[in-house]
Amino acid sequence: MEHFLEQVLNGLQLGLMYALIALGYTMVYGVVQLINFAHGDVFMVGAFLGYFGFAVWGLPLPVAILTAMVACALLGVIIERVAYRPLRYAPKIAALISAIGVSLFLEYFSSLKFVFGPNYRVVPRPFPEVQWNIAGLSVSNIQVIVFVVVLFMLILLQILIYRTKTGMAMRTVAVDHNAARLMGVNVDTTISITFAIGSAFAALGGVLYAIAYPQIHPFMGIMPGLKAFTAAVLGGIGIIPGAVLGALIMGQVEILTSAYISSQMRDAIAFAILILVLLVRPTGLLGRTETEKV
Amino acid sequence: MKLSRNTFFFFAGAAFSFALVKAMQLSGMLTPYWQLVLDQALIIVIGALGLSIIYGFTGQFSLGHAAFYGLGAYTAGALDKVYGNGNMLFFFLSLLAGAAVAGLVALLIGMPILRLRSDYLGIATLGFGIIVRVGMENGNKLFPVLGGATGMSGTPQVADFDLIFILTLIVILLVRNFIFSTYGRACTSIREDEIAADVMGIDTTRYKVMAFVLGCALAGLAGGIYAHRYPFLHPASFDFLKSFDFLLIVVLGGLGSMTGTIVTAVGWVFLLEVLRVVLGQNFIDWRGVIYALILVVSIIVRPQGLFSGKELRLLVPDHLKMVTGKEHTHAGSGN
Repeated sequence: MEHFLEQVLNGLQLGLMYALIALGYTMVYGVVQLINFAHGDVFMVGAFLGYFGFAVWGLPLPVAILTAMVACALLGVIIERVAYRPLRYAPKIAALISAIGVSLFLEYFSSLKFVFGPNYRVVPRPFPEVQWNIAGLSVSNIQVIVFVVVLFMLILLQILIYRTKTGMAMRTVAVDHNAARLMGVNVDTTISITFAIGSAFAALGGVLYAIAYPQIHPFMGIMPGLKAFTAAVLGGIGIIPGAVLGALIMGQVEILTSAYISSQMRDAIAFAILILVLLVRPTGLLGRTETEKV
Repeated sequence: MKLSRNTFFFFAGAAFSFALVKAMQLSGMLTPYWQLVLDQALIIVIGALGLSIIYGFTGQFSLGHAAFYGLGAYTAGALDKVYGNGNMLFFFLSLLAGAAVAGLVALLIGMPILRLRSDYLGIATLGFGIIVRVGMENGNKLFPVLGGATGMSGTPQVADFDLIFILTLIVILLVRNFIFSTYGRACTSIREDEIAADVMGIDTTRYKVMAFVLGCALAGLAGGIYAHRYPFLHPASFDFLKSFDFLLIVVLGGLGSMTGTIVTAVGWVFLLEVLRVVLGQNFIDWRGVIYALILVVSIIVRPQGLFSGKELRLLVPDHLKMVTGKEHTHAGSGN
């Protein structure tokens, strides 16, 4: 029983990190209907910048995290400007191909020797790991930190989207670009802000991931990115609580499969569950089915 | 049988290309290395034409194409590894088996998931691709022949350029005849507007599944040939990155254009190898970066693809008027 609960905790930790990445996917999708395949690589850049910040340049951890978040926010905005904005009124698939291109660019550019280099790097722990024993259950300080940080960010995001003007603009653009423009919303700025916030979240996710699973390399973003994206689809893409729900399910499925079945099967089972859910609910768990007009 | 004019030019063009390649082989201009690249390009043409039917002509967004390529490669490769000894008859049978297995799996997975729309279908097929990859990595636990995560070798290498060329030609004709048949028209109408097609009395489910099965069977066939041309099969060669390759060939070529798919497939495979030569040993690390830049720049410059909706005359059967001359700007992902 303790073993099971510990695995659930591990699943929660992984799921919350997926949630941070999934939020970026789902926000961008909500606003521009684009699968931003480069998002997983922004997560990777965030992990590297965080690592350089506290391990190489010797910055205090919060400063390092903040630097990574700001830099990735900027990166997200630049990616949108350069690769997605010229294609905003082109067929959707063109932007998707562009996103794949950006993703490959970030991976291979980061692998160059004068950038991050092609090798695996071991991330030193910025603080010693402590195991606490709570009611017979072993909980690590990293799990607590992940839990607190992600919860805090989720509340912050909720306030931003439902209590500020920027959030209202984002929700408006998500419904209809042209109507939003007529209502005086600056659509371009709003989309840039969405990319900035999503990318900053991915960077935070990257640094937390590097601290929790301390090995990083330029292609590390692919699988977590794919899983987080799947989580967003599972919950209903474009819907923020859906992304969190989907991410928590993904995290549990992965960890429980590794623990009780086989770690080789975890990707297969995670995606099999996705397909099964989509068959029953074709727009995700919390997705609304829209009636189609001819 | 009376040969129609375009079909005649098609075969004349094919014979000319074949003769050209042969002449280059004899004169030594085509080194074995570039021959290998050319063979690879033709194999990719077959697989990409499969995705062209599924996505370019029927509008079903599939991100799992490489999984079917892999299923065909492993099926045909394993059959020939165990039973064939370079026997030509057996080679063809194993190719058919590879295509059949890919098609059968496509039928089983397609019937339920083709109900999904656009991006949701994309992610479901992507997920299926990852499941197949995990299956390949663990396949050796059921059948040790498959090699599992360390890859499989030992398939007799009997596919040479002549065979691959003829098979490619057959596939191009087959796809052409399908596209311009009543069935192909029905598929195109589903791409343009699924609901309207349904209202017009087209059994959309049936045609979507048909296009999916045919396209995936072609991927399986391409995989089978690949297994007989390249001695080493590895699960990583058939994962979602490979699916992206097929996708970007079909999109960069222009959705709904066989010409575009064929030209882009050959161009893309050669581009990757030319980059290797041009960059040299010192800058080889830059290959991926430049590849990505070319991808982004070309899609921004020409978002509707190289040959959007256009077809070379000799790929259009004579009795049909040119109906595909108009440039599509919105052959989007079916929503």
